[in-house]
Amino acid sequence: MRSKIVLARMLRNPQSRYGLLALALLLLLAYAGPFLGPHDWTDKDFLAFMEPPSFDEDGHWWGTTQIGQDVYAVTLRGMQKSIVIGFLVALFSTGLAALVGATAGYVGGWVDKALMWATDLLLVLPSFLIIAIVSPRLKGGSWLWFVVLLALFSWMITSRMVRSMTLSLREREFVAAARYMGIPAWKIILRHILPNISSLLIIDATLNVSAAIIGEAALSFFGFGIQPPDVSLGTLIADGSAKAIGYPWLFAFPAGLLVLLVLSVNLVGDGLRDALDPGSNQ
Amino acid sequence: MNEPTTGRGAPVLEVSDLNVTFRGGVKAVRGVSYRLDRGEILGIVGESGSGKSVTSLAVMGLLPEGAEVSGSVRLHGRELIGAPEEELTRLRGKGIGMIFQDPLSAFTPVYTIGDQIAEAVRVHQKVSGDAAAKRAVELLDLVGIPHPHARAKAFPHEFSGGMRQRAMIAMAIANDPDVLICDEPTTALDVTIQAQVLEVLKTAQRETGAAIVMITHDLGVVAGLADRVLVMYAGKPVELGAVDEIYYRPRMPYTMGLLASIPRMDRPTARLIPIEGNPPSPAALPPGCPFAPRCPLKVDACDDAEPELERIGAGGRMAACIRAHEIDLKDLDGADVYPVPEPPAEAEEPGPREERETVLQVGDLIRHYPLMKGAVFKRRVGTVYAVDGISFDVREGETLALVGESGCGKTTTLQQIMQLSAPQGGTVVVLGKDSAKLAKAERRGLRQDLQIVFQDPMAALDPRMPVGDILAEPLRAHGRKDAKAVKSRVAELLTLVGLAPEHAERYPQHFSGGQRQRIGIARALALEPKLVVLDEPVSALDVSIQAGVINLLEDLKVRLGLSYLFVAHDLSVVRHIADRVAVMYLGKIAEIGEVDEVYGAPAHPYTRALLSAIPLPDPEKERTRTRILLEGDLPSPADPPSGCRFRTRCPKRALLGEPEARRCAEEEPSVVRLASGADHGAACHYPEGVEAVPAPRP
Repeated sequence: MRSKIVLARMLRNPQSRYGLLALALLLLLAYAGPFLGPHDWTDKDFLAFMEPPSFDEDGHWWGTTQIGQDVYAVTLRGMQKSIVIGFLVALFSTGLAALVGATAGYVGGWVDKALMWATDLLLVLPSFLIIAIVSPRLKGGSWLWFVVLLALFSWMITSRMVRSMTLSLREREFVAAARYMGIPAWKIILRHILPNISSLLIIDATLNVSAAIIGEAALSFFGFGIQPPDVSLGTLIADGSAKAIGYPWLFAFPAGLLVLLVLSVNLVGDGLRDALDPGSNQ
Repeated sequence: MNEPTTGRGAPVLEVSDLNVTFRGGVKAVRGVSYRLDRGEILGIVGESGSGKSVTSLAVMGLLPEGAEVSGSVRLHGRELIGAPEEELTRLRGKGIGMIFQDPLSAFTPVYTIGDQIAEAVRVHQKVSGDAAAKRAVELLDLVGIPHPHARAKAFPHEFSGGMRQRAMIAMAIANDPDVLICDEPTTALDVTIQAQVLEVLKTAQRETGAAIVMITHDLGVVAGLADRVLVMYAGKPVELGAVDEIYYRPRMPYTMGLLASIPRMDRPTARLIPIEGNPPSPAALPPGCPFAPRCPLKVDACDDAEPELERIGAGGRMAACIRAHEIDLKDLDGADVYPVPEPPAEAEEPGPREERETVLQVGDLIRHYPLMKGAVFKRRVGTVYAVDGISFDVREGETLALVGESGCGKTTTLQQIMQLSAPQGGTVVVLGKDSAKLAKAERRGLRQDLQIVFQDPMAALDPRMPVGDILAEPLRAHGRKDAKAVKSRVAELLTLVGLAPEHAERYPQHFSGGQRQRIGIARALALEPKLVVLDEPVSALDVSIQAGVINLLEDLKVRLGLSYLFVAHDLSVVRHIADRVAVMYLGKIAEIGEVDEVYGAPAHPYTRALLSAIPLPDPEKERTRTRILLEGDLPSPADPPSGCRFRTRCPKRALLGEPEARRCAEEEPSVVRLASGADHGAACHYPEGVEAVPAPRP
């Protein structure tokens, strides 16, 4: 019943409706767009280096790069990667934060101690160095490993927040009521604890989407992560930013798409948060 | 105290046509007028949200930014509304003193009590630090704090609730204010402590001659204290008059209903008379009289315009009701006007108690908590004897009430029963099954028959869950997965507790307190339990709502054949709802027995003190009855007195001879059946009514 009501509330909210629409259009662009363009992302047009955008037959809609790649095709290809990375990292790290934090806070005792010890350990480890050391060994492996690494180092602070919120929720009477009903602990965590901290989790997840996309770019810039010839929005923005003044199309398209992506995710997140929170006025 | 109520000379405080509007157009206070003469006590009563606290904050000029205040407040003829902040600051504490409900948040935790009172003195008077400190000690002595010299150096957290409230009173009267505003000063306190604090308040008034505005929802407190009473509803004064007139001849249907809906300890009735419906939201007031939707005397004209306060009969009494004159003429009271709800059809006469099935048997239950100290290396420094060997049983179709002040172990007892695991000591037997010997599946099965209703209906319902899911949860947890059957059962439950099936799609916060408590009750009944544990189920509700919920509990008990274990601190409610009562003190049972026998002839001195501490909503009785005032606070359960635990506060022990008194200190009394009653026991060496010991008269 709850999922039905939340969905109805979400669809009633214009903000989240527009967000969902924008997100759907962006996904459509990323995955269907390459088929519409006249060039493939691996093509190199040796007759056109650094061409500005043109709408001629067979022209480069968003211009070309200095090695003759079609910016339209390359950007969309990068966007596919970034969407997958962003969403997976956000889902993975927020999910991990929620589960670890809520379990530690709810169960308490040695489970709490062990989980928080592990959390603090990850928090003090220099994540950038670890990724730098580990990633050469993953060369040739799936880039999904990269997602796992990024997620693994971005959940700890949220997890601590979740734990402290769980500690206060655990004492509330509705949790006691569920316990006295004979409901097992994992169900109480999923059904009562997590929905009550969903506002925090949703904000955290939407922030994580953009943080992962940008973070991936930073790592790629130093030679870890997505490696050429493969591209991501992050690598494209990093490359384009140096020439943003003279050749704005190299920078503007990937950056603009990133902004749109993050904005629409935020809209959906806000809508979901309001839909889950009965206190919000709609 | 008994000065004439009609003013001679100029009033101390005069409020006229006070209006407070909060941002967003919420009219919290609408046209409050009253005058306060020197030494007079005015009681302002009303339910939560009636605007009584906002009124007094407006008088003090303490409302938050964004509140629009209009009208006039005159202290000794000086206008306070719109006065500059510096002038108000000079007046606060000197002209007007205020006592808040929660004394812990009213003191700064990092300064000693003595320093804070001395500061209050020095802000308004030019005296040296030493003199102010001396004055602080005097004030603490005045409000009855033992060893005031030593206690003045203590920090707020080292004081108990009652002591803090006394210190708060000391601070409020430090500069001999002309007006004392008390905002629910005793609501957070236990009854015996409340009786002490009210006594201190009377002393303070005698000493300073201040006029008092007493804001409370407790009609009993006002009855014993006030000279005049102002009743508020939906931000508007609806009745004003001398205390006797309001209590014995109310002329506004709301006041009549309020008085009729209170469970009375002195006059038990078969059925309480609830006021239907809920108070209107201040953001969406009905066009006419705000009480009209709930009023049994409503006529069409009530919706036309909001009635103003007008004089009724002789004297200074006013009422805001277009039919007040008619009520006055016919001399109606609440019982005549409000429909008395049908009593539940008594199923069948239950057999004698001994022959009925025992639903719950608690024997020598013990729960001690270790008292730990140290941050890294924890070591045990003591034991909290939360529950220390209590025994009782609940038979089928019966209500046993567990009463006592906070810290006596009621809630711990409940938790021990609800956990259905082996207790530290003693036994808990539910429906013939010993909780210590349950297999996991058996325990789950037993949970169906044992359900709980919590005190705070807001905290007990998951705010993020629609009501339908909340009610379906116990059903699904116990194997009823069929969506259709669950849905129809949820609808059935909602109807059972007087709500509509379509409410299932709303969230708990869309309901009022009383409705939420009904949802809590519906959840407890979902699995058709045999025993329902009620943890203060009505103490968070307003009086007019409370009556409806109590009636519902009574109906359900008869219709579904339930047994209740009812935990409460309100002895009037207990008298109304319970068949048997167990009085707890510091983890032990002091007295147990049939309600009529315990209330009629209380044998334990603690029970006697408790009963006498309850304020009755009857001014005449309040004035004439003598109170047994207990001294001091509840001892810490970590360090209970030897022998009888009550001996340190026992008023009776003072009257005993030396050898008898020694017995109290050395030998712990156990619950002994009294010869005088059929079902009545007390844990006292010298129970009342057995020996010829004269009743204590403080």
